[in-house]
Amino acid sequence: MNKFDTFTGLVAPLDRANVDTDAIIPKQFLKSIKRSGFGQNLFDEWRYLDHGEPGMDSAQRQINPDFVLNQSRYQGAEILLARANFGCGSSREHAPWSLQDYGFRVIIAPSFADIFFNNCFKIGLLPIVLDSSIVDRLFEAVKQAEGYRLTVDLQKQAVVTADDQEYVFEVDIFRKHCLLNGLDEIGLTLQHAEKIKQFEQKRRIEQPWLFA
Amino acid sequence: MKQTLYDKLWHQHVVHQESADPNSMALIYIDRHLVHEVTSPQAFESLKLAGRRPWRLNSILAVADHNVPTTDRSKGIHDPISRLQVDTLDQNCDELGITEFKMQDVRQGIVHVIGPEQGATLPGMTVVCGDSHTSTHGAFGCLAFGIGTSEVEHVLATQCLLMKKSKTMRISVDGQLGFGVTAKDIALAIIGKIGTAGGTGYAIEFAGSAIRALSMEGRMTLCNMAIEAGARAGMVAVDDITIEYIKGRPFAPRDDLWDKALPYWRSLHSDEDALFDRTVTLEAAIIAPQVTWGTSPEMVTTIDGNIPDPALVADEVKRHDMQQALTYMGLQANTPIQQIYLDKIFIGSCTNSRIEDLRAAAGIIKGKHIATNIKQALVVPGSGLVKQQAEQEGLDRIFREAGFEWREPGCSMCLAMNDDRLTAGERCASTSNRNFEGRQGPGGRTHLVSPAMAAAAAIAGHFVDVRGLNG
Repeated sequence: MNKFDTFTGLVAPLDRANVDTDAIIPKQFLKSIKRSGFGQNLFDEWRYLDHGEPGMDSAQRQINPDFVLNQSRYQGAEILLARANFGCGSSREHAPWSLQDYGFRVIIAPSFADIFFNNCFKIGLLPIVLDSSIVDRLFEAVKQAEGYRLTVDLQKQAVVTADDQEYVFEVDIFRKHCLLNGLDEIGLTLQHAEKIKQFEQKRRIEQPWLFA
Repeated sequence: MKQTLYDKLWHQHVVHQESADPNSMALIYIDRHLVHEVTSPQAFESLKLAGRRPWRLNSILAVADHNVPTTDRSKGIHDPISRLQVDTLDQNCDELGITEFKMQDVRQGIVHVIGPEQGATLPGMTVVCGDSHTSTHGAFGCLAFGIGTSEVEHVLATQCLLMKKSKTMRISVDGQLGFGVTAKDIALAIIGKIGTAGGTGYAIEFAGSAIRALSMEGRMTLCNMAIEAGARAGMVAVDDITIEYIKGRPFAPRDDLWDKALPYWRSLHSDEDALFDRTVTLEAAIIAPQVTWGTSPEMVTTIDGNIPDPALVADEVKRHDMQQALTYMGLQANTPIQQIYLDKIFIGSCTNSRIEDLRAAAGIIKGKHIATNIKQALVVPGSGLVKQQAEQEGLDRIFREAGFEWREPGCSMCLAMNDDRLTAGERCASTSNRNFEGRQGPGGRTHLVSPAMAAAAAIAGHFVDVRGLNG
């Protein structure tokens, strides 16, 4: 996992609540056994007018000009501004993979679905929860000002506007540490291998039916 | 201190905690790891690249369910991409020595059906799977939840997961359910009440006399849809019904081990007066059969209701979402639910494909035939063993004579990763769990209902109130 450094990025707004993982990356693309290449099919059913299947050349497909991410002003966006319960639905990590592969590094929303939220941290994509009144304000600002950018400073746990307005966000201390240092969680867990073995041994004695 | 069932399950599995703060990240031991073909290939690949091996092989049970065809399997899978994904699971399992029920095995089926069916899901376990509907297994008094592919790899490599303790919610449903009202209707009524994000951050325990009265199959249906209420885990306390269900199943303990397990299993309930972070109550008697009308499970009403009118909703975002949903669904506000005509019927999925579901549907359609406007009606049993049992009971004949197609087990049209799907604009009464845009096929329109309601709609051609039928 790459280290998460402070950056300033273009913001794109996705103004609907309950955006589900089927919308983020439709099921036909889940047949891939790879971890990369999902970005071209992010929001596939909204982004294109024709039906997408794995293996299609996205450059040859019919773009939906009405979909917000297709507008020229949002090309190169790295921060997705979203509404409540973003990422609800399935546990597919393909959803964060596709957002990251598309170029997003941060998603800001008033709330996220649990599994999606958790999956994001595993790959270095940062989901930020801000109060819905602040998110409302950011939606207004993005829509009004072309080229609207925000700075995300994970160390300070702050989203900063161009005019230095700071919005502080919460992040678990362990997750923050992993993101800032680009740490591999499996490696960290295996530092406790002895403890896991002891736990397992004790469990084997107390609840032997689990190991039969 | 008084503990909830979730507290007990959590404390039993903490291997390590980052700090003295009970809300800090904890390392949780995983007892059962269920694996399917869609969310595992990248995990196995990374595991191999890192030179690691699975920590405990006999904790793992694998099956292919999402991509498998539900028609004749003797020729294999014709879609090369689907085939590669299933072959990859087979190869990974063969190579590492993981127990897998392959496609031709009679025990193959939907991962959340076969775990309990085999007794591989036991009370007190932590059960994980790279699939959000893993919450199903909580019906057995387990802590069961869906994980992403990075976590699949983490469990393979370490037998543990890093996580934070959830808040607790008790949803009590008391009283007696009316005739024709099922666990599916309870699930949808709860989601209608608390919303699809109502359970976010919580582990839900379903309690109350109406829950105690449910069979294990009903409890599985209910816990299955905890995730649709936003909760990663749903659970029900262990009682005689739980224990009776498990007894004699292939992976369940026997003899001395069974006797040893029982007292522990019987302790798996919330202590009286245990404190929950949130409690919700519903009265069973007033729950009517439910039908979803929109593109989120919370967009639900009763069979005697009408499609709500967005114009009456004050919240701007919500109004906009409702309008968008009605446009997608091709429906008008204020239309009575019973005037919605259907094109397809799907009875199946990890929510409703067990033997009792098939019996309930067969009971409605026996001696009748699907309406002329129904283009296709599918029954997809949850496993090969469910299919076998249903055939022994003659249910397959009832379905076939009524004009239903009797299929091989798998996820099928719940998410349409195989060939079973809706085409654009088609409207389906489905016993599955998600009515998201495109879920059952691009442009497809899904209405979530119970098996009895789906069966009744198949016969009438439109939604009807099962409470008015004699069965």
